[in-house]
Amino acid sequence: MVTIPPHDGSAEHAARIERRWASLAVVIVVFLIVMAAFAGIHQATMPQARVELADPRTLHVSGEFIESNLGTEIEPDGSVMVRAIGQQYSFTPQCIVVPTDTEVKFRATSADVVHGFLIDGTNVNVMLVPGYVSTATTRFATASERHMPCHEFCGTGHEGMWGKIKVIDKAAFQKMASDRRRLNCVE
Amino acid sequence: MLSSKRLILAHFWVAFAGFGLALLLGEWQMFIRSPLHAWIGNPELYYRSVTAHGSTMGYVFPTLVAMGFGYAITEAALKRPLIGRRWAWLGFWLVVIGTVTAVVPVALGRASVLYTFYPPLIGSPFYYIGVVLVVVGSWVWVALTSVNLYAWKRDNPGRAVPLAMFANVAGSYLWAWTAVGAAIELIFQILPAALGLTTTIDAGLSRVFFSWTLHAIVYFWLMPTYIAYYTIVPRAIGGRLYSDTMGRLAFILFLIVAMPIGIHHLFMDPQVGAGFKFMHSVFTALVALPTLLTVFTICASVEIAARLRGGKGAFGWLRVLPWRNPIMLATAFSFIMLGFGGAGGLINMSYQLDSTIHNTQWITGHFHLIFGGAIVIMYFAIAYDLWPHLTGRALDGFGMMRAQLWTWFVGMMVLTFPWHWVGILGMPRRMAFYDYTDPALAAQAASVVASVIGGAILVVSGALFIAVLIRGQIAPRAEAGEYRFAVAVHEPRSVAPALNGFALWLSLMIGLTIINYGFPIAHLIALPNTAVPVVMVGTGR
Repeated sequence: MVTIPPHDGSAEHAARIERRWASLAVVIVVFLIVMAAFAGIHQATMPQARVELADPRTLHVSGEFIESNLGTEIEPDGSVMVRAIGQQYSFTPQCIVVPTDTEVKFRATSADVVHGFLIDGTNVNVMLVPGYVSTATTRFATASERHMPCHEFCGTGHEGMWGKIKVIDKAAFQKMASDRRRLNCVE
Repeated sequence: MLSSKRLILAHFWVAFAGFGLALLLGEWQMFIRSPLHAWIGNPELYYRSVTAHGSTMGYVFPTLVAMGFGYAITEAALKRPLIGRRWAWLGFWLVVIGTVTAVVPVALGRASVLYTFYPPLIGSPFYYIGVVLVVVGSWVWVALTSVNLYAWKRDNPGRAVPLAMFANVAGSYLWAWTAVGAAIELIFQILPAALGLTTTIDAGLSRVFFSWTLHAIVYFWLMPTYIAYYTIVPRAIGGRLYSDTMGRLAFILFLIVAMPIGIHHLFMDPQVGAGFKFMHSVFTALVALPTLLTVFTICASVEIAARLRGGKGAFGWLRVLPWRNPIMLATAFSFIMLGFGGAGGLINMSYQLDSTIHNTQWITGHFHLIFGGAIVIMYFAIAYDLWPHLTGRALDGFGMMRAQLWTWFVGMMVLTFPWHWVGILGMPRRMAFYDYTDPALAAQAASVVASVIGGAILVVSGALFIAVLIRGQIAPRAEAGEYRFAVAVHEPRSVAPALNGFALWLSLMIGLTIINYGFPIAHLIALPNTAVPVVMVGTGR
C-alpha cells in the first residue's frame, strides 16, 4: 500500500486545480460550438434546410427526375442546376458536365437503395436515400475531370459505381447549352 | 475474491476467439482491395467478409468484454458473489447462440448487408434474429448489474458505491438505452421485411433509428477502457487516483450526452433538417468534456505514481514511470491513439469539416484508431490484469506482453494514418476493388499498401495476445490474492446522493434523447409515402 505524505489542505488544493481544468475544458467546447454556429449562420456550408420527398417507384414517369429532365440546365438566374439519380450500380447521367466559375446546384435521389454522392476535391458529399431528395451546391474554379464515386455500400456491384464530372470552360458550356435544354457529357 | 471465474473466463474466451477470427478477415480485406491483389472476381465474398468482420468486432467482441469485465467488477468491487449467476449464464448462451445464428447466413452469403444493415437492402432474417439475440443476452447483464447494485445499496445504506461499480452500472444503462434505437429498427422495420410480412420500408427513418445506436455504441465499447483508466491503471503502476468525484462526473456525462448526438452520422442525409443536425453537433461537442476531464485526471494520477517513485521536475517524472509494466505501456499507447482519434473526431463532429471526409476512408481510419486502437489496447490490459485472478495461475512473460502491445500500437499507426490520408484524397468506403491504373487513384496505391502492412503487424500482435492468454492457462498454479481497484488520493468519506445513484441521470438521458430524436422521428413517421420497396440480397442461389 502506498502512503501519501500528509499535506494540509491538499484536498482543497487538488479540487481547485481540477476545477480550473474543467473550466478550461468547457471553454474549449464552447469555442468549438461558437465556431460551428458562426460558420453555419454565415452560410459557409450548411446542410440542406428542408426535407423533400421523391417516390422511387414513380421517378421514371412523373416529377422532376424523369429521364428527359436529368442532366445539367441553366437556370433563369444564370446559375446551373444538375439533376441526377443513383441506382444499382450507376448514376444517371453517368457523366455530368458543368461550367467553371458558376454556382452549381445538385438535386439527386436514389431509385432503389442508399447510395453516396461525392465529387472528388470538392465539398459535395451527400447521401442518396430512396424516398428523399438530396441537395448540394458548389463552384468549380478550373476545367477538369473529376471522379464521382458512390461512397455507400449499395450491394455487390458497389465497387463499380463511379460517375464522372466534367468541368468545362464557362464560355464553351454556354455555347453547348444554347441549343439543348439538358446537358451531359455524351452529347 | 472472484467467485464466478468460469463465467467471466467464458465471456473473455469467446470474445477473444471471435476477435482473432475477425482480425484475420480484416487483414484479408485490406489485402484484397490493395494493389497487391488483382480484382477479386466475386466481390460478394468481400462483402460477406466485411459483414462478418463488422458484426463480430462491433456487436459480439466488445459486448462480451463489457459483460465479462462487468461481472468481475460486480464481484470485486462489491466484495461479494454475483447475485443471479444462472441468469448470467443464460445471457452468455443467448449471446453465443445469437452469434452463431447471425454468422451462418453471413457465411453462406445470405446476409451481405454489412453490420450497419442498410435497408432497403434486406438479407436473411436469421442474421437479424441473431443480432437481436446478442442484444437480448446483453440486456440480461444490464439487469443483473442493476440488481446487484441495488442489493448492495440496500445492505450498505449511506455508503459510497465503489467507483468501478458506479462506472460499470453507468455503462450498462448506457448500453441498454442506446441499443433501443437499433432494436426498434430491427423489430419494427427490418424483420417484418426480412420475413416477407411487408414489402416496403422507410429507409430514411431506419437510418435515424440506427444513428441513435450507432454513436453511443462507441461509448459502450469505451466504458471498459475508461473504467480501466480510473480503477486499474493507478493501482497497477503503484499510484493513486487523483480524483474519485471527477471519475463519477465523467461517467455521468457519458451517460447523458452519448445518445442525443447520433444524428451527426446523418449530417449528409436528406431526411433530417438542418436544425436538428446543428443540435446534435452541439451535443457532440459536449461529449468531448468527459474525455478532457479523464485525460487530466489520469495524467495527474500517473504523475502521482511517478512522484512516489522519486520523479522530479516538470517533465522529468515521465522517465521514472514503470515503462516495463504492460499496463503502463498500454495506457500510454491508448492515450496517444485517443489523442489522434479524438482530434479526428472533432473534425467529424462539425458539419463544415465533415463534408470533406464524410463516408470516405477517413471514417474507417478514424474508428479503427479509436476503437481498434485506444479502446481495444486497454481490453488487452484488462485481460492481462485480470487473468491471474481468473485462472488461479501466474501470468508472466512480461516481455511477450510488451511485444504484443508495441506491435498493436505500431500496427494501428501504420494501418490508420495512411487510411486517414486516402480519405482526405476522397477514396470512398467499402469497395472490393479500386482501379489503381487510373491516374487519379494511382497516388493512393502506396498508402493502401502501407495499410496492408499495418494490418499484418496487427495480426502478429493478435496472435501474440492469444498466446499470452494460453500460456496463462497452462502456467503453474499461483494464488493471485484479492483483486483490488485503485484508491483515490482523497478517499470520498461521503458522496452526494446525486453522485451515488442514477435516477436523476437516467431521466436526463431519456429526456434528452426524446428531445433530440423525438421530432425527427415523429416528423418522418408523419410524412406520407416515404416507404420504398425492399431490395433482397443473397436470394436466387
